[in-house]
Amino acid sequence: MNALPLILTVFVACAVEAVEALTIVLAAGITREWKSTLQGMAAALVALAAITAAIGPAVGELPLTALRLVVGALLTVFGLQWLRKAVLRATGYKALHDEASAYLREVTAAREAAVQRKRGISDWYSFTLAFKGVLLEGLEVVFIVVTFGDNQKNIGAAVIGAAAAIIVVTVTGIAVRAPLTRVPENWMKFAVGVMLTSFGTFWGAEGAGVAWPGNDAALLVLIPVVALAAAACVAWLRSRKAAAAAPAKESEVVPS
Amino acid sequence: MRQLKSFGAFWYDFVIGDDWRVAAVVVAGLALVAVLAHAARVNAWWALPVLVVAALVWSLHRATTRR
Repeated sequence: MNALPLILTVFVACAVEAVEALTIVLAAGITREWKSTLQGMAAALVALAAITAAIGPAVGELPLTALRLVVGALLTVFGLQWLRKAVLRATGYKALHDEASAYLREVTAAREAAVQRKRGISDWYSFTLAFKGVLLEGLEVVFIVVTFGDNQKNIGAAVIGAAAAIIVVTVTGIAVRAPLTRVPENWMKFAVGVMLTSFGTFWGAEGAGVAWPGNDAALLVLIPVVALAAAACVAWLRSRKAAAAAPAKESEVVPS
Repeated sequence: MRQLKSFGAFWYDFVIGDDWRVAAVVVAGLALVAVLAHAARVNAWWALPVLVVAALVWSLHRATTRR
């Protein structure tokens, strides 16, 4: 398969995670102390490198059929989680993930927390905030890179996609010195959910013993089918919400 | 013990997420496809996409009618 879809999928997925990590790092660095924040970020990157070094080769050692079954199942579940949240947010059943308000929440909490020196770190709060934020978002990046890269036998392309996303988001974040609020995060999550679900379904079924009609070309049908199904869910929930709101509005205009 | 619990909760949330039924449908779907392919020699390539979309619709329906 061409490496471009792999690079683009990993790029978009990792960009979403990088935007979320950047919001946390900026909140800690700007309101508290950059040194401890950067130490926390560095510690998280070391932890991520160790996790990648441990699971990356182990995943690569699995026979391809077993790998596709396990990774397919995980990616499908993961993708459906993303899609579910994106659809609920797009239809107003769940609040949109707003980087500006997430940033304000983190800033308020960071301003209120007391400065505490611990284990040679001058501001323990900044350190742990940056560490947790980067580790959690980074774990998702590692998961996507390892699973997509191993399955396509092209770890290099997956790493290029992830590195490009992290560099673009970091450079933009440094340039604007603010959380990236203009990123259409929910629609990016929707797109990533579609891609993860489609690839997961494809690999999972293959690992379970299915032969797809047209082999890899089946993905060109599967991806639009999943996207259309998710878009139909958005339309369905929107119309249901509008129908539920209509009687309430009607009752408001009924004269007493 | 508390740390072990929070470690387990983190991985549960990371892999399974908000609705465990979605994960259950995916695992059951893969098992069904594997049984059909290996025991019945049926190439049920269509089964998993159908179940995946059904799981999404079911989960969304549950999430929006519980409130």
